[in-house]
Amino acid sequence: MGDSAYSFSLTTFSRTGKLLQIEYALNAVANGRTALGIAAVDGVVIATDKKFASALVEGEDVSKVEAITDSSGFVYAGVGPDYRVLVRKARKSAQAYFREYRETKPVAQLVKSTASVMQEYTQSGGVRPFGVSLLVAGIDGDGVPRLFQVDPSGAYFGWKATAIGKNYVNAKNFLEKRFQDDMELEDAIHTALLTLREGFEGEMNGHNIEVGVVSKSDGKFRLLTPEQIQDYLDEAN
Amino acid sequence: SITFFELTALHNIIFSSCHRHRHRHIHHNFLRVSKKPQHKGNYHSTLLLPTAPLSPHNSPPTQTHRKQYYHNRKMSILEYNGAAVIAMAGKDCVGIASDNRLGIQYQTVAMDFKKVFKMNDTLFVGLAGLATDVQTLDQLLRFRMNLYELREERTMTPQVFTNLLSNILYEKRFGPYFAEPVVAGLDEKGSPYLATMDLIGAIETTKDFVVSGTCDGNLYGMCETLYKPDLGKEELFETLAQALLASVDRDALSGWGGVVHIITKEGVMSRELKGRQD
Repeated sequence: MGDSAYSFSLTTFSRTGKLLQIEYALNAVANGRTALGIAAVDGVVIATDKKFASALVEGEDVSKVEAITDSSGFVYAGVGPDYRVLVRKARKSAQAYFREYRETKPVAQLVKSTASVMQEYTQSGGVRPFGVSLLVAGIDGDGVPRLFQVDPSGAYFGWKATAIGKNYVNAKNFLEKRFQDDMELEDAIHTALLTLREGFEGEMNGHNIEVGVVSKSDGKFRLLTPEQIQDYLDEAN
Repeated sequence: SITFFELTALHNIIFSSCHRHRHRHIHHNFLRVSKKPQHKGNYHSTLLLPTAPLSPHNSPPTQTHRKQYYHNRKMSILEYNGAAVIAMAGKDCVGIASDNRLGIQYQTVAMDFKKVFKMNDTLFVGLAGLATDVQTLDQLLRFRMNLYELREERTMTPQVFTNLLSNILYEKRFGPYFAEPVVAGLDEKGSPYLATMDLIGAIETTKDFVVSGTCDGNLYGMCETLYKPDLGKEELFETLAQALLASVDRDALSGWGGVVHIITKEGVMSRELKGRQD
C-alpha cells in the first residue's frame, strides 16, 4: 500500500463535491459482465455470466462466484484481480472472527468489514479504489436469507433482488417485474437464469454461467455444477 | 502447587531484591537450598525464601525490615490476594458465588471485594486470582462485549463469551493475566451453561459445577459431595452457600462472607452470605 512518497490520497474531492476516482471506478463496474442476486424466503441465489473472448479459453478452474464462509459467498462485476484481493481479505477476516468467537461470521458483519476495507482505499496514500461492486449472499444462524451490494466507495445496501455490471438497468427492471416477496428458492433460481438470458449474446449453457446458492434447509453456500445449471436451463425451455 | 512460570516470575521478584553474601558467618534467616540435596526426592529451586528461624539460638536477624510473617510455604502470584469462586447448574437456572476477601498475602485489606461480575441479565463471570487482573479483565470483557453488541445488534451468547475470554487470555500467553475465570449463564434456549479456564485460556465446559480460587481443592470436594442435578433455585442457593462457606473456612486466604447470584429466565436473585469473619 503506497510508499512514503505517496502519503497523500489520490482520491480527492472535485469542486462540485464528487470523488471522481469513485465515479470512474463505478464506470469500470458498469463495463463488467452482469452479475445478479435474488433473496427468496428460503434462500439466496447469485449468478453471473462467464463469457470468454475465445473458444480456446479453459474456464473450468477459474470462478467468479466464491464461497467466503460455509454459509456465505460473493460475486462481482468489474475488475477481476481487484475482486480476488477482496475475497482473500474477507476469507481471512471470517476465519479470524471464528477464531475469536467460535461462531461463523454473520453476513452483515462480513459486509461491514469488506465495505470498510474498500472505503480505506478511497482515503489512503498512494492507492486507488477497487474497481468492483460485490454482491454478498448468505444465511446467518437466525435463518434469514440476506443479499447485500457493496460499491467501490464502501457504501453497502441490502437488497431483495438486484443486478450490477453491463446491462444492469434492464436486468433490474426485469427483476422488479418478476420479484415476489413469497418467492421460493427454486423460483428464484429460474428467475435469475431468465434475467441473465435477457442480456446474453449467444446460447446460454451450464459452462458459460456461474450460479451460487445458499438454502435455508442446510445453511451451506454452494456452487451449482454445470450439469445442475443445464438442468435448470432445460426446465426453463 | 507452583508452575514453572510462576516460579520464574517469583524468582525475578524476590531474588533481585536479595542481598547475596558469600562465605560470611552471619546467620541469615534464609533457607538456602544447596547443591547437595538435603531432603531426598524434594523439588529443588534456586530461590532464597524467608522462613521461620531454624532454632531458638539464632542471632537476631541482621535485616530487620520484615513486613510479612515468616512462613514456609512458597506464595504463588495466584495466591497473593486470595479468592474462592464457584458456579453450579440447576434446573433451568445457574448459580455463581464468591467470597468477599481481599488480602495482601496474610493481611486482610477488604471484606467486600467483588469477584463476580454481571455481563448481562443471563451471563455472569467470576474471576479468581490477582486482584488487579480480576478488575482489569472485568473492564476488558465489558469493553469487548459492548462493542460486539453495538456492531452485531444482538446479545452475546455464553459460548461466544467464553471463547472471547479464552482468546483474550491466550493473547497474553507469555505474560498472562493471573486470573482463572468461571463463566455461568443461560444460553439462548434458557439451558444452563458453565465453563472454566486456566490463566492462559484452556476452556473446560461442564454440566454440573465449576470452581476456581485458592481453595479450589476444598471447593471440588464440597461440590462432589453436595451437588445434585436439577436443583430448583432455592435449593441451588443453599447448596452453593454451604459448599462455599465450608470450603473457605479451611482456607486462610479466602472467606469474610460471600455473595451468591442465582440466574433464571425471570431474573437474578442476589444474596449476601454471613460467614466466619476470619
